[in-house]
Formats: sequence, structure tokens, C-alpha cells
Amino acid sequence: MGLLDFFKKIEHGEKPKTLVGKIGHTLSDAVFTFLYSPNEVTAEGVHIRDGMDLKRTMFHVMIALQLCLLFGTYNIGHQHFTAMGQYLGFLEGFHLKLFHGFIKVLPIFLVVHAVGLGIEIYFAAKKGHAVEEGFLVSGPLIVLIMPPDVPLWILAVSVAFAVIIGKEAFGGTGMNIWNVALLARVFIFFAYPTTISGDNVWVSGFETVAAGVTAEYGWVHNIFNVLFGWIGIDQFQSGGAIVDGFTGATPLALAYQGGWPAVTEVYSTSQMFWGTIPGSIGETSKPFIVIGAIFLMVTKIASWRIILGCLLGAAGMGMVLNLWGATPFMTVPWYYHAWMGSALFAFAFMATDPVTATSTTRGKWIYGILIGSIGLIIRILNPAYPEGWMLAILFVNTFSALIDHYVLEANIKRRLSRA
Amino acid sequence: MKKPLSLIRSVPLLGFLLVADQLSAQSSSTGSSYVMYMLIGLGVILAAAAIMSVSENLMQIEAQKSGVDTTKNNFSIIPNFSELFGKPAPEYTEGAQVHQFNKGHDILLAGEADPSVIKHVDVSSFALRPVNFRELSPIPRMLVKAGQEVHAGEPLFEDKKDDRVKYVSPVSGEVAEIRRGDKRAITDVIILADKAQRSVKHDVSNLMNATRDDIVAFFLKSGAWSHLNQRPYDVIPDPDVIPNNIFISTFDTAPLAIDYNVVVQGKAEVLQAAVNVLAKLTSGKVHIGLSADKETAPATEFLGLTGVQKSWYKGAHPAGNVGVHIHHTAPINATSVVWTLGIQDLLTIGQLCLTGEYNAERVVVIAGDQVSEPQYVKTYSGAKISDLLRGNLKGDHNRIIAGDVLTGKKQSDDAYLGIHDDQVTVIKEGDDYEMFGWLVPIKPRPSISNTFPNFLYPNHRFEVDTNTHGERRAFVVTGQYEAVLPMDIYVQQLTKSIMANDYERMEGLGIAELSEEDVAICEFVCTSKMPLQKILRDGLNMMREQG
Repeated sequence: MGLLDFFKKIEHGEKPKTLVGKIGHTLSDAVFTFLYSPNEVTAEGVHIRDGMDLKRTMFHVMIALQLCLLFGTYNIGHQHFTAMGQYLGFLEGFHLKLFHGFIKVLPIFLVVHAVGLGIEIYFAAKKGHAVEEGFLVSGPLIVLIMPPDVPLWILAVSVAFAVIIGKEAFGGTGMNIWNVALLARVFIFFAYPTTISGDNVWVSGFETVAAGVTAEYGWVHNIFNVLFGWIGIDQFQSGGAIVDGFTGATPLALAYQGGWPAVTEVYSTSQMFWGTIPGSIGETSKPFIVIGAIFLMVTKIASWRIILGCLLGAAGMGMVLNLWGATPFMTVPWYYHAWMGSALFAFAFMATDPVTATSTTRGKWIYGILIGSIGLIIRILNPAYPEGWMLAILFVNTFSALIDHYVLEANIKRRLSRA
Repeated sequence: MKKPLSLIRSVPLLGFLLVADQLSAQSSSTGSSYVMYMLIGLGVILAAAAIMSVSENLMQIEAQKSGVDTTKNNFSIIPNFSELFGKPAPEYTEGAQVHQFNKGHDILLAGEADPSVIKHVDVSSFALRPVNFRELSPIPRMLVKAGQEVHAGEPLFEDKKDDRVKYVSPVSGEVAEIRRGDKRAITDVIILADKAQRSVKHDVSNLMNATRDDIVAFFLKSGAWSHLNQRPYDVIPDPDVIPNNIFISTFDTAPLAIDYNVVVQGKAEVLQAAVNVLAKLTSGKVHIGLSADKETAPATEFLGLTGVQKSWYKGAHPAGNVGVHIHHTAPINATSVVWTLGIQDLLTIGQLCLTGEYNAERVVVIAGDQVSEPQYVKTYSGAKISDLLRGNLKGDHNRIIAGDVLTGKKQSDDAYLGIHDDQVTVIKEGDDYEMFGWLVPIKPRPSISNTFPNFLYPNHRFEVDTNTHGERRAFVVTGQYEAVLPMDIYVQQLTKSIMANDYERMEGLGIAELSEEDVAICEFVCTSKMPLQKILRDGLNMMREQG
């Protein structure tokens, strides 16, 4: 076959000497192993190997994220038009909302993958090994935890930070201590906090989110307007302004101010469950997150112990805080905490990253329960920022090795006592 | 034995919390009563748990004092749920305790042989391979020359470091060749077999009354010693050390492995003789591992053995591994000495002890999807592989494995089976590229992952090849190894500590309990394609050098 011979020629050709040559070789190797599974046979040890490999594992996580990505893309458009009081029904103005979301998400997606994969290919070329598949998952995860209007240059810097300092400095895929996607978000959180917190950032397409601010459309919107005009359906109108009373506050911001009654004034529980609320791109739709999580648990890619531990930790801490009840936020019933913010998304996709989580099964319970409790503490007791999962997961990631150490010490003691 | 101390220690802490809460309640008004009730409730639960665990421990002490076996029966207040709700053990176990393993994975391969028919095959030459004996120096001292006539059981070579151990010929005939490999190391001593086999004859009339030292001397000179294996490290046993126990597994759960029930048919007397003599060599017992997995009972030759400790095991591979049996019966550490041996080695030793003749007959199973007619054959130890496979292979790009697909060694056509090999597996070499093979595999392949539809067809037998199905990566997925190995060992952390040359951690995590065959199933399921068996052997070598 022509394509196979082409790749074989490059693969078995001369080893490149210059850096550009090495990068080219690494890139061609990445494409080659993407298209064709390698012809390596077993040498010493077992003669047959399991059909599962890391590429396949990462790919299935990507599949699990697709529903969240699709819904998030559509929701960006929905929030944009709801702010202006137009197309209030979820499916009204379907094409407008979908394309608006698409116009916002595609640049984010491209920038994240170009910067991230570019850096990974550079490091792989320098070290002389294959491009490893970790970024297949980190890439979409970074896209899903960003606000829709994040400035692209800030995004690029944060991805560079996360990949270089969070991953490559430790040795690449499988060696990082902290969750790479969360490092990207935490970089923006600490370096450019106004672009990722507050009430202005969760609804896209407006300079600030206040009554009377008009929508801003770029040249891409105008191209689509021409297409829509040909077909004869609604177009993006440039005069629309935000209606009075719309604040763009997420349920969490409302809960911080006034507890659960303040949240239910603006959003119904069904709205929060299905996800038609402002928020990061992928975190809002609970059913799709749950479907993704169940998919990952059934295929044994994500550890059910971590997810269940997180849920138990959060529920337990929620109950304790309900009993305490000192601030309005603490009085939000513990079972409603999953409806707000990125709790379920963090449990299902961030906490379950096998590299940064504990590796022993007993440790996974402790890890999950710690994340659940600490995340809720940071969410509720923190006056500056009403969400806690990113910080909690990064914090407990730091202690994963310590938790494992004590589980192993217990195992060693058990063995010694048997002798 | 549960530890009630930690529970009892937490009660004062709870008391302190209660007092502190009451004091703080003086300042605030509502809410504290809920916390107080919660703390009281927690205290009640803790106190109940402490009382229960103390009473359980007292019961265990009473039971031990009155001499009842505490491992077999359940003495705690909480009933054993697996006894209540699980499937009852098969009748042939007769109420004995069955070790049930939930962890493990059976790899079902195509090319199974039918154990009810054992064919005869003409094999011209046989070999004794010095490479099979781990600490034998690469160039042992040869006791025969090429062209010399030998009897079965006649010593061929000995170790320069300890010349008491003799390594004997499996068959009678002429020494055809002393084959050498790299750096003149001797790889095979090849014997051209006679039509009629003759064996050396030892005088064993007084063996059953002899002292341990005499029996050891007999074993050393007759070649029986070379059939024994010492754990840890899998070496020939040190003649000066008495082992704590001897373990024998009567069933092999590896893919396409031999069924020992047909091998021992009619040999009950031989088995019993072997077991009787072995019992004198150890300070502990001879342990027999039996399978409670099948519908039919194990062979009566096994069930009828006396003077042994029988244990029953039920579960997927590696439930048949002797290492797993040792772990669940009498776990070892780096300083223990335990002997293991295979069933066919046991038969050879039994024959020696019973009649004084050396009989290295073996039943070998030839299996795999590239074998035209998978079959059981009767031959001798160390048979020439090309004679065994004559005319029986399909295709021309195969891998011939002496042993099973997990632990066997790749051999070329003119190679010979090892002393412990009772299986030849032939599968396809998988050295071609497959388009999107990792994404949408065209051919079904065995896997423990639920991303393949394998769980829908639990009895499907796979045709496999030697493709690695992915490149080697760093450790990413966790918990995989522990899910298939029914031992209380953290294999991934152990592997990492070996790679980091951390001796103390290696030993603490239990490297001494493992052999390659135990981690082979972990290596099979590894997503990152790590060479676990090689890493383990490096670790074991490091530990052995330490002394």
C-alpha cells in the first residue's frame, strides 16, 4: 500500500541530525502510529499482549468528553442569546446558538492543541522518543474548563506553562505530580484573575455583562450571516443588548450571597441539572457528565473508588456544614452542591486522572474523600472565590505520593508481622 | 485479629470534643445541640465497635486455647457473607476450606488439545540443558564426552561450585553433541536415544528407613536433586539447608496448559512414594494444591495421597501457580527456604524412590492455533522440538514457544525442550502493521478491558499473535496488576522500587514471594507494555547477590 510504504521509508530512513529534522521525524512518527498500529513483536517475557494500549485508553476518555463538549458549545450560544432576552426556549434559534458556540470554541480548541502538541512534539524530538498520548486527554479537558471568552493569548501562555512546567519538566506523560489541565486553569486564575472569575466572564460575546451592553460580532459572524441569508433563516443581529436584571451570575455566586433561596430565584433546579446556566464550557450539563463518568467506570478507565470517594467526602462535608450553618452559603442543602459549579465534572474527569491520583486501591478511597471534603470547604468557606475543586484537586495531588507511602508502609508491616 | 486499641483510644478524644462543644455552646445559641447529638451518636458507634472487636479477639484466644483450627472456621460475630450468599463449594472438596480468588484472568486461546488421547511420537534426540538451572555456571564440568554411550540417569555434568549435585541424562543412548553458545557456554547436551531404553539402577531397598542425610545424598547422586526448585529466587536447592515446607501444585491454569489428571493416571503408588520421601526432607509438610474450579473432581491419584496437607483453590489464572498457593498457606520472605516441584518431576522422583530406576518420561501437550492437530504426546524430558512438531504446523511465520504463551521461551526449530517444559505452543508472529489497529481492531484479541466486546463472549477462544499492540510507555494506568494477581502485593510499586534499585523497599513489598510466572499475567494486562518479568528477575538477582 502506498501510504504504508511512504511511512516505512521515513521510519527506516536515516536518523536525522538537526533539530528541525528530528521534529519532522517525530511528527511523522506520531502520524504513522496514529494511522497504523506498530509492528513490534514481543521479545522477552510474555509472548502475547493485551489488546489495550495507552492510545486506546486516552481515546476512550476523549469519547467520554464529547457529549459535554457538544452541549457546552451549544450552551455558549444559548447563554449569549438569553442574556439579550432573545430565543429564550432552549431549542429556539438553534443554528445561531450552535454556530456562535462553535465560533467561540474552535479557536480555543485550536490554540490549546497547537500550543500543547507543539511543545510536546518539541520535547519528544529533543529527547528522541515518541510523542506520548497524554495530551489527547489534557487538551479537551483544558478546553472544557475555560470560560468561553478567554483571551487566546492568555490561554496559550497558560497551556505552555502547564505543559512545560507541569509535565515536561517532570519527565513527560506518566511522570507529572499535578493535573496538567488544572495547572493551566490555575495559572490563569492567579496571573489573570479577572478573565476567569467574577460575573463578567461566563456569558460570551459582551464586553462586560451589565444591562444595556450590546453584543459584539466579528467578521466570522458576518460570513455566517451571509450563509444564513442565502438559506433564509435568522441572522446575527448586531443591535441586541443585555436586558435589565440579567447579571450573568453563576449559581455559585448567587449562593454565596444569599444561600439556596437566592439561587432558586434566578435558576430553577431543572435548569441547573440540565445545564442551561452560565459556567465554564464543559461543566454545566450534569446528565452528560454522568453518562461520561459511567462510560469511563464501565470500561474501567476511571476508578470508581475515586468518584465514589469524592461524592462521599463532599456529601459528608456538606452535611457537617449544613449543621454548622453560620453563613448563607453553608445553609445550601448538601445534595444541591452537585447542581452548582464544576463539582461533578471535577470528580469524573479531573480527580480520576490515574497519574496524579494515588495508585493503591485503599489510597484511592482516601484520595477521593479528601478531595470531596477539601473542595467543599474551599468552595464554601472561601470569601474570594466561590469554587474550590481546582485548588482542592491540586492540593491533594501533592499528597498522593504520601498517601500511597502510608498504604505501602502498612503493607510492609503486615508482611513483616507474618514472617 | 482486629485491633481494638485504636478504637478505645478514640473514645477519650470524643469525650474531649463533647466537653469542648458544651463549653462553646455556652456562647452560641442554636446548632450546637445537633453537633452534640452527632458526637454522642458517633461515640456510641465507636464504643460498640470497640466492644465487638474486643469480644472477637477474646473468642479467637479461647478457640486457640481449646485447639480448634482458627483459620478454617469463622469465629467472629458477623457471619461470613461469602459462605451465606456465595456458591457452595463442590462436593469433592468434602467441606474443606476453599480459597476463592476474585482476582485473575483466564486467557482462552484457540488450539486446545484433547487430554483424553495421549499419542506416541517418535523423537530421535533429547537434551539436558544447563541453561535451565539458574545458578549453574555457564560452563559446567562435563562428565561425559561426545560419542560416549550413557544410560538414563547417568550423570552428564556437575556444577564446579558444588559438585555434589549431579545432572543426569533423561534417556539412554549416545551423546551426540555438546552444543555451545556464546562465550563457549554449554547450551545443550544432546543424546541420540536408543530404541530400547536402559536406566541406571540404584539400591533403594532401605530408602524409607534412611536418615535425612542419606536420602539427600541419594537424591544428589541420582539426579533427583536437579528436579527440585527452591523459592525464593528459583534456584537448585542448597543441600545443606532444610526447607520449611514443600509445595506442589496439581493443576496449571496457564493458557492451553497440560491437564495433570491424565498424566498421573495409574501412578498413585509412584506419587505416594515420592511424597513419603519428600516429607522426610522438610521440617514442615508437603503441601498439595488442588483445584476446586472444575465440575469433575481432581484425579483420585491426587485425592488419595496421604501424609500431605491438601489445600483447595478456585479461581482464574494464576490460581494454579504454586507461588499463589504459598502466599495463601504459609507466606515466605527473603530468608525462608521453600521447595517446589512440578508433577512430572514428582513422578520421576517417585519412580527413583520406588524402583531405583530413573524414568524421565513426560507427557507434553502441543497446542496453539498454528498447530494443525493439537494433541497430547508421550515422550521423554528434553525432546527435540522439530520432531514433536513434525508435519503438524500451519503457515510459515510462526513463533514456537517452549512452555505457555506467558512464561515460555521462544525457541528455534532445532531447539530442545527444557527439563520443566511440558508444553509446546505455536502461534503466529504478528510483525505487520494494522491500519487503526488500536482504534477499531479487525481481529478479536484477548483483553481484560471492557472497551472490547470480549465480555459479551465469555467462552470465545482467541487466535493470537505476538504483536505488542502498542508501544512501551511510562506507568500511567494504576490498579491493573493488582486486579489480576490474587496476592497481597502491590506489584506496580514493587516494580518501581526494583527499577530504582531500592533494596529495602523491594524486600518490604514482598519480592521474595514472587516468581516470573506470578507476574506474567500482570505483564500481559499491562497497558504500558512494561517488561515486568525481566524487571522482576533483575530485582531477584539483586536480592540474591545481597545474600
